[in-house]
Amino acid sequence: MTTHQTHLLTVENVDKHFDISGGFLDQLAFKGGVHLEKTTVKAVNNVSLFVNKGETLSVVGESGCGKSTLARVILGLYRPNAGKVFYDGQRIDHLSHEQWLPYRRKMQMIFQDPYASLNPRKTVRQTLEEPLRFHNPKMTAQEAVDKVAYVMEQVGVDPGWIGRYPHEFSGGQRQRISIARGLILDPDFIVADEPVSALDVSIQAQILNLLMDLREKHDLTYLFITHDLSVVRHISSRVAVLYLGTVCELASANDLFESPRHPYTRALLSAIPKVGEKKAKHIKLKGEVPTPVNLPSGCVFHGRCVYARDRCRKEFPPLNELPNGSFVSCHGVEEGWDLN
Amino acid sequence: MKTKFQQFKASYFLYSFRRDMVAMASFAVLVIFLVIAFAAPWISPMNPYDSANIDIMNSEIPPMWMDGGSVEFPLGTDNQGRDMLSTMFYGLRTSIIIGLGAVAIQAAIGIVLGLMAGYLGGKTDAILMRLADIQFSFPYLMVAIFMSAIFQVVFGAGSFEQMAIPLLTIIIGLSNWPMFARTIRASVMGEKNKEYVEAARVIGLPQRIIMFRHILPNALTSVMVISTIQVANAVMSEAALSFLGLGMPVTKPSLGSLIRSGQEYFFSGSWWITVLPGLWLVLFVLVINLLGDWLRDVLNPKLYKG
Amino acid sequence: MSHLLEVRDLEVKFALRSGDITAIDGASFTLDPGERMGLVGESGAGKSVTGFAIINLISKPGFISRGSIHFEGNEISAYSPARMRRIRGNRISMIFQDPMMTLNPVYTIGFQMIETLQAHRNISKAQARAIALDKLQKVYIPSPEKRLSQYPHELSGGMRQRIIIAISLLADPAIIIADEPTTALDVTIQAEIMDLLQELCENEKMGLILITHDLGVVSQVTEKIAVMYAGKIIEYGPTETVVHHPVHPYTIGLIGSIPGTIEPGKDLKQIPGMMPTLTNIPPGCAFNPRCELAAEICTQKTPVLEEKQNGIMAACHMK
Repeated sequence: MTTHQTHLLTVENVDKHFDISGGFLDQLAFKGGVHLEKTTVKAVNNVSLFVNKGETLSVVGESGCGKSTLARVILGLYRPNAGKVFYDGQRIDHLSHEQWLPYRRKMQMIFQDPYASLNPRKTVRQTLEEPLRFHNPKMTAQEAVDKVAYVMEQVGVDPGWIGRYPHEFSGGQRQRISIARGLILDPDFIVADEPVSALDVSIQAQILNLLMDLREKHDLTYLFITHDLSVVRHISSRVAVLYLGTVCELASANDLFESPRHPYTRALLSAIPKVGEKKAKHIKLKGEVPTPVNLPSGCVFHGRCVYARDRCRKEFPPLNELPNGSFVSCHGVEEGWDLN
Repeated sequence: MKTKFQQFKASYFLYSFRRDMVAMASFAVLVIFLVIAFAAPWISPMNPYDSANIDIMNSEIPPMWMDGGSVEFPLGTDNQGRDMLSTMFYGLRTSIIIGLGAVAIQAAIGIVLGLMAGYLGGKTDAILMRLADIQFSFPYLMVAIFMSAIFQVVFGAGSFEQMAIPLLTIIIGLSNWPMFARTIRASVMGEKNKEYVEAARVIGLPQRIIMFRHILPNALTSVMVISTIQVANAVMSEAALSFLGLGMPVTKPSLGSLIRSGQEYFFSGSWWITVLPGLWLVLFVLVINLLGDWLRDVLNPKLYKG
Repeated sequence: MSHLLEVRDLEVKFALRSGDITAIDGASFTLDPGERMGLVGESGAGKSVTGFAIINLISKPGFISRGSIHFEGNEISAYSPARMRRIRGNRISMIFQDPMMTLNPVYTIGFQMIETLQAHRNISKAQARAIALDKLQKVYIPSPEKRLSQYPHELSGGMRQRIIIAISLLADPAIIIADEPTTALDVTIQAEIMDLLQELCENEKMGLILITHDLGVVSQVTEKIAVMYAGKIIEYGPTETVVHHPVHPYTIGLIGSIPGTIEPGKDLKQIPGMMPTLTNIPPGCAFNPRCELAAEICTQKTPVLEEKQNGIMAACHMK
């Protein structure tokens, strides 16, 4: 996994922890003498993955698994505490604001909430022209307007509405405008953070189709963050399953859905309600998701895993490659325990 | 597309204004006040700042409806023989100029510091907000007294009279910025985690542009509300300072110095020198506060019902 | 002869500045003991309002303008607020999407459960506590004794939703109305909660009205389904049949737009446009601007819900 030259994006052993201990007074603890106590949320822990050019890698997991944080680390909105991020062979995680600028044109983001991701005080035109003008100071006003109109057409919003404010649009149309903003700089790589989960089903289908069309037309590579597994199956080439900030399984979409290996992936897949299927057998997990403040020792999943043995409680399982090219982080899979 | 005016006509803002009698009445009174203040040189019967117009023989004439009153001085005269009505018009003008100017200064300082504290967070936030706390823990009058004392020492009491209006504006402006800073900071903290701000960062826009062009316009609603209330407060502060003798000189009276100058004659029967400007001030501050209250109700999204 | 709950021709209006708008337009359905019904639709279709209308909890400016709600042999739509309170939370319970809407953060779980019980029944504290424990066990909460002394914020989202279900069971209701009960939860937790609701309905002979936008959930849990569009029920029938052989073009489109119903990578079937807002419903069939089958009659005459095939009722001129 270290041959980051061949991949468009490589994430290597990234950690991202947040200090939530607050001010000096909040940190004071009186247990066993007076001392300062730090509280950190360990949102992303030792995550490694790569994205090939032209593919869609989905990162799935339940709320609080660190998938959104990972997206923001990749785009340089957060600086990782450890590890490296490479884009097109170049290390980018430690760059300054100015050094980042050339990558901003190539890497863009689409957001979850169409009601929060557009500035309510800016017209569509202002929202879409701003990145263009900022990155192309020499562009003429006419060129900018033409480009904006072209992209609006691409995402299916009438360019005649260029002077409108976001509140004059429906959720689905806003999401289209948000996608247009992501596309306007002609990026190669787009991180989509739950782009359809705030939308109604019929609108969701429109947006998913649009995203897939755009991928074809503009040769895009997607990193798709979502919790919705049926969406994942539909659009991705490969899938990374995250649990408590750790990758449990990284496999092609087909392999993952046909023969999931990690016990967590299996439980997750069995829980998807499928239309037209009467009550499937859900794999029941024991216990509850631990908080990312107190990570369990060893395998982060051991507390909920019915197959957990002593080794799982003590030793963190590495992400091992299987013969079919999947990566799984599980002692059981590695040692060939009976996991059925 | 609708024009701005059509949009305004159809807006909830105008709708709720037209349904609220208090707001409409306050607004009408406020407009009258503003017209009087700015047209004072043309509508006043005399110019009270011009000593050539003043005759000491006319001092302490009661209002026209009382014994000894005269039609020439409808609200009577003060101890120096100035027409009360004209003096109140001019005083209101001075008070309003100082009030608006002071709020402009407060807002400028408060918005910039509040925006920085809220957006940058961390140490910047801690330092700026502790600064605001410290300023808040002094009574603002004390700060103002302190500063005007320094100004008087530096520039001399004589030139202080010349520069009284700008100085008072600055003094009151500097002593009240934390109100703005805190309000802005709170709304910036709410805005800065929204996705449109992240989108601006992903585009690569510099912090300065994100703060002033993206976040600030969305945080300005709260500024509108406190601005109105702060104008009333600034006018009150000016009156209080002048009443204490630290504000406008007696030769160019504001409402506060007028109230002060009449206070000595209050018990000798010339009550109108104090009471009339006092009522004038109360009415002015009251309508601003009523309007501010209404504005807060309308602009508060939690109370908003379409 | 009679059903546990029979809603007939229910109409709910909202009085707005610009005039009345119709949020629910003539909804009719029935529910029997132990039966589970899904009320499906996109946001703004009127499914939540229907739920609130049943227990007469429509807040102003909304009001029930027509129709009848028959429950356990009584017409309850005209009940006084005081009489309605004896039914609400007692005979008919409601579960919301956000558990914190129901739980008071400053009291312990035990206090809230015991208080609820004592408000409805004349029993001692010890008896109430025993019942509370029994209900907590029914919803499979681990170490129920301990939970009674905990505060809502000490529990996870899934656990809170279980507590809410336990509270709604306290008075042994005949019907539970669950409004998007798992939308805020993760899939693994959602599966557990849905299993739980289904089991409770079977064991206790309780009726369930499941309000949700998720057809997958509905098809696993319910026996019949009502699809709402722009304030109307446009398709109504047994879940199995509706999901596999939908009649109304909207339902067909809705099922086609769910990823997972078709081959990965292929375009999803999409319904063009979007649902009209309630202030702006087109004349005739509300779905006609988005419908590929639409003919002239669809823009002129509003279709009524009528028996079509396989026991499905649908409101469509073209089928």
